[in-house]
Amino acid sequence: MMSEELHRGIFKENPIFGLALGLCPALAISTSVFNALGMGCAVLFVLIGSNLIISLVRKWVPDRVRIPCYITIIATFVTIVDLCIKAYIPVLDRQLGIFVQLIVVNCVILGRAESYASQNTVRKSIVDGVAIGLGFTLSLVAIAAVRELLGSDRFLGYTVIPGFHPILFFAGAPGGFITIGALLAFFNYRRLKKEKSVH
Amino acid sequence: MNLAGLIQISIGAVLINNFVLARMLGLCPFLGVSKKLSSALGMGIAVTFVMAMASLCTWCADAFVLAPYGLEYLQTVVFILIIASLVQLVEMTVQKFSPLLYESLGIYLPLITTNCAVLGVALINTGTNPYSGRAFTFVEAFVNGTMSGVGFTVALVLMAGIREKLDLAPIAKPLEGLPIAFLTAGLIALAFLGFVGLGFSSFAAGG
Repeated sequence: MMSEELHRGIFKENPIFGLALGLCPALAISTSVFNALGMGCAVLFVLIGSNLIISLVRKWVPDRVRIPCYITIIATFVTIVDLCIKAYIPVLDRQLGIFVQLIVVNCVILGRAESYASQNTVRKSIVDGVAIGLGFTLSLVAIAAVRELLGSDRFLGYTVIPGFHPILFFAGAPGGFITIGALLAFFNYRRLKKEKSVH
Repeated sequence: MNLAGLIQISIGAVLINNFVLARMLGLCPFLGVSKKLSSALGMGIAVTFVMAMASLCTWCADAFVLAPYGLEYLQTVVFILIIASLVQLVEMTVQKFSPLLYESLGIYLPLITTNCAVLGVALINTGTNPYSGRAFTFVEAFVNGTMSGVGFTVALVLMAGIREKLDLAPIAKPLEGLPIAFLTAGLIALAFLGFVGLGFSSFAAGG
């Protein structure tokens, strides 16, 4: 069951490349792999926590006020992550800036709360949180790897090709848009090719 | 009142630090509601209005309630609740007093709660003003919120205009839909990079 769920979260329902959710952090902080990993872990933690609590209380929350309830639960976990990052990894805090607090409005998390955790058991919801969170982290790392490699000739801070002149364009905002567009087109191309070979 | 400071904030928020194209906030509505020009304009106006109101309310909450009692760690929770109730209030008010406006904006209003541009501007307003080096004052926060909303609208309308034309263009199959939208956004962002030349000294790219 676990591997099936993971496959679903990482490939079929990948939050960024499959469903196009949570794009703001995907673009804004994907300038380096370190930032992407930090952001991915923060989202993973919030997603597991919020899925756990929401699936626990799903039977007592009245339907009409469920969204404010979910947002409050998510905001609590985001505050925990924010304070932990500020206390233990100040470097990451300076890099991510307000984007840690903006996890509250990341549509991946509210989307999972609304479409999955509010209808499924605790155990299933936790597995779903892990799967979707990993899918999100991996996509962030993929985008960040391209941008860090081309934009500053580094991977996790280490120089990769000595003497290669970095293309600054990819480190900036326009490069982020272009990178994610190109990656999306690549995955679409793969999918179309696969569908064609099936028929 | 320092008018020059306010003008600096305005130009910074609309052109140099455009919320969508430079700070990369509010991308979900930027890509989701930019298929038609008319709905893009409606969404832009609704977001601008909510951002202006949210700037006022969150600044007051931060300055008069959270900061005096040392409760800054509750910022995220308090701000998102203020924004959510504000959006609800705006929705009810518009519905009561201007049914016509409600009909054109109605479907976008609930979406605004989870627009990170609104929470983003509220959080930026609690930091320091890059132009004066001090904390944002009440008026500065309001101008920053409104003008960031205008910047969002500008980006959204530009994008919608291009996407309407793109509908008629022959596009390679794998690029259809989102990929071409991202590439277009990248090119617009590249053009907006030129506005950095308008930047004033000691300007820091927050966010």
